[in-house]
Amino acid sequence: MSEPEIHGSDEIHTSDIVIIGAGPVGLFSVFQCGMLGMSCQLVDALPASGGQCAALYPEKPIYDIPAVPQLNAAELIDCLEQQIAPFAPIFHLDQQVIELQRVGEYWDLLTAAGKSLRGKAIIIAAGVGAFGPNRPPLANIERYEGRHVHYMVGEREQFRDQRVVIAGGGDSAVDWALALVDVAAKIYVIHRRERFRAAPDSVDKMHALANAGKIELVIPYQLAGLEGDKTSAEDSTLRAVLVKHLDGTERRLEADHLLAFFGLASKLGPINNWNLGIHNGGIAVDPTTCVTELPGVYAVGDIAMYPHKLKLILTGFAEAAQAAHAAYTVVNPGKALHFQHSTTSGIPGLEK
Amino acid sequence: MTMIHFIRTNGEKVSIDAIPGSTVMEVAREHDLPMLAACGGSLACASCHVIVDEAWFEKLGELSEEEEDLLDTAHGLTHTSRLCCQIKVSDNIDGLVVNLTPME
Ligand SMILES: Cc1cc2nc3c(=O)[nH]c(=O)nc-3n(C[C@H](O)[C@H](O)[C@H](O)COP(=O)(O)OP(=O)(O)OC[C@H]3O[C@@H](n4cnc5c(N)ncnc54)[C@H](O)[C@@H]3O)c2cc1C
Repeated sequence: MSEPEIHGSDEIHTSDIVIIGAGPVGLFSVFQCGMLGMSCQLVDALPASGGQCAALYPEKPIYDIPAVPQLNAAELIDCLEQQIAPFAPIFHLDQQVIELQRVGEYWDLLTAAGKSLRGKAIIIAAGVGAFGPNRPPLANIERYEGRHVHYMVGEREQFRDQRVVIAGGGDSAVDWALALVDVAAKIYVIHRRERFRAAPDSVDKMHALANAGKIELVIPYQLAGLEGDKTSAEDSTLRAVLVKHLDGTERRLEADHLLAFFGLASKLGPINNWNLGIHNGGIAVDPTTCVTELPGVYAVGDIAMYPHKLKLILTGFAEAAQAAHAAYTVVNPGKALHFQHSTTSGIPGLEK
Repeated sequence: MTMIHFIRTNGEKVSIDAIPGSTVMEVAREHDLPMLAACGGSLACASCHVIVDEAWFEKLGELSEEEEDLLDTAHGLTHTSRLCCQIKVSDNIDGLVVNLTPME
C-alpha cells in the first residue's frame, strides 16, 4: 500500500490515556480509566463508534451481557456511551492510527488525518483491526485508488461518459449500476454468481436494463487484474479491468473506472509494525494486567491474546478493568492506588 | 479419529486429528494455522474462506444462503470455495482436504 499523505499539524492532543479503537471494549475502557481519575481520548478508523457491534450487527440481539437479559448491539453501544459521558472522552473518528512512537515519558500516536495524540499510556482495543473497505487483492491497485478505483461514490457526474466496471453482488453494486445508466458511456457489472443479494425490485430493474443492452452483466466472473497505461512510467491511468470466469477464461474490459463493492473488512495494518509480537491477529498480553511487550502499552478486547482467551464482550470489559488499574501506576508514578467500589466513590468525573 | 488435512498457501500439508463437534475453522485456529476468522464463526465475514479439495466438496452438502452471500465478499473464489466455520467436524469428513487462502 502506498504511504498515506500526512499533513502534520503542530497541535498535540494530550490526555492520560489514548485508546485505539472505539468498539465496546475501547468505550468501556474510558469508564474504567475515568473511575481512576484518568482522562481519555479515543481514535477509530470508522466514522462512528461501536466497532463490530455497530459495523457488523447493530440490529442483532445480544444475550450474554451480565445482568442484561437481552439488548441489541446498537443499544449496547448507546448505553456504553451514556455510561462514559460523565468522563467527557474526546473522540477522533474516521482516522486510522498509523504510527506509535515513544517520546520521552509519553507515547505519541499519529493518525491518517495528520493528528498527533499523546498519552502517558496507550490502550489498544483494536478488535480484529481497523475497519475499511474490503479491497480486492489486485496487483498495484493502490496506484489507481482515488482516481480510477473507488470503494465509495459521491457524485454521479464524475462518471459522465466514462466506462465503468462495477464489481460486487449487493445493494451498492446494483444501486450504482442503476444510478449510472444514463450517465456512464458503458457499464459492466461483474459478479461471481447469478443471484444478487440486493433489493429484488432493483435487481429486476437491472436485469431489464441488461436485456435492453444498457448494462452488461459479466457473470460468473471475478476480478483478476488491472491494466494501466503502458506508455507512462508511473502507470497510474487505468485502461482495462481484467476479469476471470470461475472456469479460468479471462476477459479484458476496457474501462476508466472500477467501483469495487465488497463491504467492509478489518485489517491490523500499521499495528503489525509496532513490535508487539503479533501472532494470527492477536497481541500477546499478560492477562492479569493486559500489558503488552511495550511498557505502558496495554491491549484489551478481541485483539488481546493469552492462553484460553474467550473473544467475548464480557471478557473485554474485565480486561479493560485490569488494564486501567495497571495503567494507573504508569500515569501516576509514586501515587498509591486507593481501591474503591463504585458504590462508594460514585462517579467522580475528572479531577482537573 | 477424524483427520483433517490443511494445505498452506506454500503447499505444506498439516494434518490434524480433530474432535467431532467443533468446526474446521476452530480446528485451524486452535492449531495456530494462519486464518483471521475475524467474526469468530458468527457468519459476519468471509475471512475463513478455504478451497475444499474437489473430491470432497459434494460430500460436505449444500451451502446456506447466508454462506453464499458472504462468499460474495471473498476474493480468489473457486467452484469449491467454502467458509470453513460452516463445516462441522464429524466422522463423515474423516480425511477432508482443504486449502488455506492468503491471510491479508
Ligand atoms: C455477528 C456477531 C455477533 C456477535 N455476538 C456476540 C455476542 O452475542 N456476545 C459477545 O460477547 N460477543 C459477540 N460478538 C463479538 C463481539 O462483537 C466482539 O468480541 C467485540 O466487538 C470486541 O470488541 P472490541 O472493542 O475489542 O473490538 P471491535 O468491536 O472489533 O472494535 C475495534 C475498533 O477498533 C478500530 N481500529 C482498529 N485498528 C485501528 C487503528 N489502527 N486506528 C483506528 N481504529 C482502529 C476498528 O475500526 C474498530 O471499530 C459478535 C460478533 C459478531 C461479528
